[in-house]
Amino acid sequence: MKLFVSDGNPHCVKVLAVLEFTGVKCDVKHVNHEERVVPYLSRPALPALLLPSGTHLFSPNSICQYLIELNGQESSDIVNQWLEWEATELQPAVMHALHMVVLQGKGAETPRVLQGPLSYLDQSLSQRTTLFLTAEMVSVADVVLWAALYPILSDSSLVSGNQTLQLWFERVGMLAACVSAAQTVLQGKGLKAESLKTYLQRQPTTHHGQGQVQGRGTQPCNSPEGDDDDDDCVLSEEEIQSAAVTWGKGLTDLPMVPERQHPILPQEGKRNVLVTSALPYVNNVPHLGNIIGCVLSADVFARYGRLRGWNVLYVCGTDEYGTATENKAREEGLTAQQICDKYHAVHASIYQWFQVDFDFFGRTTTKKQTEIAQNIFWRLHERGFLLEDIVEQLRCEACQRFLADRFVEGTCPFCSYPEARGDQCDKCGKLINAVELREPTCKVCSQTPVVQSSKHLFLDLPKLEAELEQWLERSTGSGDWTANAKQITRSWVRDGLKPRCITRDLKWGTPVPHPDFSDKVFYVWFDAPIGYLSITANYTDQWEKWWKNPQQVELYNFMAKDNVPFHSVVFPCSLLGAQDNYTLVNHLVATEYLNYEDTKFSKSRGVGVFGDMAKDTGIPSDVWRFYLLYLRPEGQDSAFSWVDMATKNNSELLNNLGNFINRAGMFVSKFFESCVPAMALQQEDKRLLAQVGWELKQYINLMDRVKIRDALKCILNISRHGNQYIQVNEPWKKIKGDETDRQRSGTVTGVSVNVACLLSVMLQPYMPTVSHTIRQQLNAPPSVTGTLLQGTGNFVCSLPAGHHIGTVSPLFQKLESEQIESLKKRFGGQQPEEEEEAKPKPKTTAQPDVNAQPDVNAQPATTPASDPAAQTAVNGADAERARELTLAVAEQAEKVRTLKGQKAEKTVIGAEVTKLLELKKQLSLAEGKDPEPVLTKGKKNAQPATTPASDPAAQTAVNGADAERARELTLAVAEQGEKVRTLKGQKAEKTVIGAEVTKLLELKKQLSLAEGKNPEPVLTKGKKK
Amino acid sequence: MMALRELSSLEKSLGLKNPNKYCTQGDKKVPVLHSNNGPSLVGLVTIATHLVQEAKRPELLGGSAEHKALVQQWLEYRLTKVDGCHKDDIKTILKDLNSYLEDKVYLAGNQFTLADTLMYYGIHHIIVDLAIQEKEKHMNVTRWFDHVQHYTGVRHHLPPVVVLRNRVYTSGHH
Repeated sequence: MKLFVSDGNPHCVKVLAVLEFTGVKCDVKHVNHEERVVPYLSRPALPALLLPSGTHLFSPNSICQYLIELNGQESSDIVNQWLEWEATELQPAVMHALHMVVLQGKGAETPRVLQGPLSYLDQSLSQRTTLFLTAEMVSVADVVLWAALYPILSDSSLVSGNQTLQLWFERVGMLAACVSAAQTVLQGKGLKAESLKTYLQRQPTTHHGQGQVQGRGTQPCNSPEGDDDDDDCVLSEEEIQSAAVTWGKGLTDLPMVPERQHPILPQEGKRNVLVTSALPYVNNVPHLGNIIGCVLSADVFARYGRLRGWNVLYVCGTDEYGTATENKAREEGLTAQQICDKYHAVHASIYQWFQVDFDFFGRTTTKKQTEIAQNIFWRLHERGFLLEDIVEQLRCEACQRFLADRFVEGTCPFCSYPEARGDQCDKCGKLINAVELREPTCKVCSQTPVVQSSKHLFLDLPKLEAELEQWLERSTGSGDWTANAKQITRSWVRDGLKPRCITRDLKWGTPVPHPDFSDKVFYVWFDAPIGYLSITANYTDQWEKWWKNPQQVELYNFMAKDNVPFHSVVFPCSLLGAQDNYTLVNHLVATEYLNYEDTKFSKSRGVGVFGDMAKDTGIPSDVWRFYLLYLRPEGQDSAFSWVDMATKNNSELLNNLGNFINRAGMFVSKFFESCVPAMALQQEDKRLLAQVGWELKQYINLMDRVKIRDALKCILNISRHGNQYIQVNEPWKKIKGDETDRQRSGTVTGVSVNVACLLSVMLQPYMPTVSHTIRQQLNAPPSVTGTLLQGTGNFVCSLPAGHHIGTVSPLFQKLESEQIESLKKRFGGQQPEEEEEAKPKPKTTAQPDVNAQPDVNAQPATTPASDPAAQTAVNGADAERARELTLAVAEQAEKVRTLKGQKAEKTVIGAEVTKLLELKKQLSLAEGKDPEPVLTKGKKNAQPATTPASDPAAQTAVNGADAERARELTLAVAEQGEKVRTLKGQKAEKTVIGAEVTKLLELKKQLSLAEGKNPEPVLTKGKKK
Repeated sequence: MMALRELSSLEKSLGLKNPNKYCTQGDKKVPVLHSNNGPSLVGLVTIATHLVQEAKRPELLGGSAEHKALVQQWLEYRLTKVDGCHKDDIKTILKDLNSYLEDKVYLAGNQFTLADTLMYYGIHHIIVDLAIQEKEKHMNVTRWFDHVQHYTGVRHHLPPVVVLRNRVYTSGHH
């Protein structure tokens, strides 16, 4: 059991007090406010308790009740009543009051907010004769209420009167558990705790009476951000003054960012950061999802690190070995090496266009790769971490080789689709073990392969498990692992590790040096991550200074979430087992998926934008980078949309960011002859400096933790503040006024142009070309790039009065809707959301790549099937069973008819009818429907609509179940029709009627479907026209 | 007066013979149960919990300590998040419930509990207004909802919501 708490969060006082009060044993972990501990909640919620079953509790009161229950105390009606009152009445008032006192300095108004609940509590206590709320003894209700009130009541100036309440509060507060919880969370300082302020700043403004009191979350990525008032910080007078002091320091005493000199090697006394991006697979052109998932995200972070003055090395390269390359070579009639050469160049040029600034972009088909992979292999072998086992595989006698899963085609054992692949069926989407295919054929020569056994080597993960877990504990505890990375890793380790096959019967790969396995190569997932090392070795002979130096080097791995297990479990096990002081990952940064216009990228269907096409759109590389990073799937999936891209370009880049920077520059050149005017700061200017300074600090704080998308919002916030500042102060009017007005115009212009200069630096990781252009236009001194981002951020005056700027011109262009429409057409963006059925709910499970890789038979043949396989088996069994049952139902029905025909006894017939009904019920179940409202997990796999129409039994079953629904729907249609008529009669608003008509049409459509008619062709056509 | 209708439906589904008398207090119309033998009880969840105990159906509050806590958590969630939720919060509520229910039949796991009943009452107005596509998007919530509304004796004062199991837009032919 593990309790997660965060400093300054008053809810955590409750649970810590109760934890100590009950003496229940439980690990307590302190995390950041923003940490998403509870996997199923989209916003961070703390405290959270991880239960022994693996479920999380996130309600503070329920956590308290649970702890008390563990301690053997039952809760009573009266305790429940107080807890309910606390959650629904007291808590919203307290949060409201805290917000007012701590952030807005409106302590005087708190009694108005708190009076109701406090006097209710006071009265209730006065009416009781007991010492505590519910009894003579302290109950969970006392502790929870005390903790809720602690920050407020510990400040006697805020509340007066309520004598009984005060006495009770002091009585409960004397408990050792309460004292120490208050100390831990709020340093015993109550309202004055700095951590409380930080916590509250991250919370949305609560409206009294509304329930929303829990943590603020990341915004859904496509939603408008502009009117987001909870992003506003509340500034104190000291903060404003200190911003002005920082500003006054200027650029002078801050260091420059040193030029990069290759080879970059770790340096004593520096922060040495090694950044890798998952190696893109060579056999295809990368799509936008690939680009944002790894190379681009890593690039932004590496650029940022360089600006911060860290010693950064960013390496990447193409992953070239494996089946897919062999296959592609066969398709294109080239050798595998030629394919790799061709696509390596394609990849390199795409990343170059996207301005991905690798220190080295290599490849895995090199001599160094062979050396290092074989060295790691032998070390593992010598130390007894490899096992031998027999694996059953298909072998084509004609081609004289074992067939990788992708080289086999056959009839799907589940849906009888004739062209199923060896790893997966394209029709039903189920995963297939190649040896289970019916009538398998070799894709190359069309001969029938035979099943043969072959000896393989396995990495003994179970033997390394304990060491792995120790390391994981350390790394995830101290590093910035994304929540999904931790979660996926946790579930892998929790399910127990199994030996993993590291050899394959292929030619195109790193040869296994062991004489008993001389015709085999390393399986790509053993081999590919070693590519990071060999690519670095091709960059510098001193590669071991990076890779065998965990004391000095911090390693960041960037990837999409499907790659997590290989970087957090499999590869670390290889390195741990090799026992050679390897540098292991400290920060594992995984993105979710980027979808394309709400469907998925698909090369074969021509859906989506691929790396090589981006430049043909005429949209600049920087704008692509901006939009991809703006919707970086950080924490949740996001979707690329052309219309949204145009909107973001036009609203954020053109009207917000570009407009501000351009105006600031234009004022200097037009009104002040390109010479930055003198600035006499007033309170309002200082306030802007503080606002900008605060956003800058947030930016650094977020970037340090690789929250790339969130940090981009800080940049846009700054230019929004800037635009407002210009709008309010109207320098273009004041310049025409008297001397005071003209001075004011000068100050506003000078401050604005300095904000623009700061923005150019903050933009550098995201939009390098634009950043460079701005600095050129402003003629910014070279030292700005390094100085502004040092430490926690210094917004200094970098363009002092008298500084001459260059020629200012607009930075961005509008994206017109015709242009966007034509791009949308060209790239297939109009495909409706579909083929949902065909995708096997891709890659959202915790073990995505086990499924996706052609590795189904990599488990020793003797081991029982792993989970995904078992799942498949169940589904398969159901399909099989459904067929059997259909027959049985038909037979039984015949029997009943015969009996009836023979006028058999009623009881006999009755018995047979019962049997028939039972069979039908089983059939429905096997079809995935529930004849009774009894649902199980398996239900999710039920896809009656997708059952091939060729299977008449299934068809009938579907229709049978639908009769019921059809009746319901007929009623619903009638009702809805009546509603529409009434509305029309009342001459209601068109939009209202329209909405109801839509509902009506929807219902009618459902009805048609339930009746077995297919309304779809008509409707879809109607839409398109 | 929603809360009172919920309590009356709950009484029926629990098979309590003698309906209780309720009144409400405050702006938010919090229900109050006056009883002859003891102090009155205030609050929807408190009263509902009390009714369950009165009906001798303790399993509806969860069997183990862990289940009890989960039941309490979701009852509280219903009151603090779902009730009076802002339009913008609906998306989050559905999304969170959907991912929570991904591997569960009921809110507290595999057992039907009071949390399911009250969450069903509380979320009904949201589900009623969902378009088919939104129902499909939140498949696990929809499945749970459909299941609960068909659970014997639960759906008393609320109209049934039609939940499509066939996909309206099937794959392929476009």
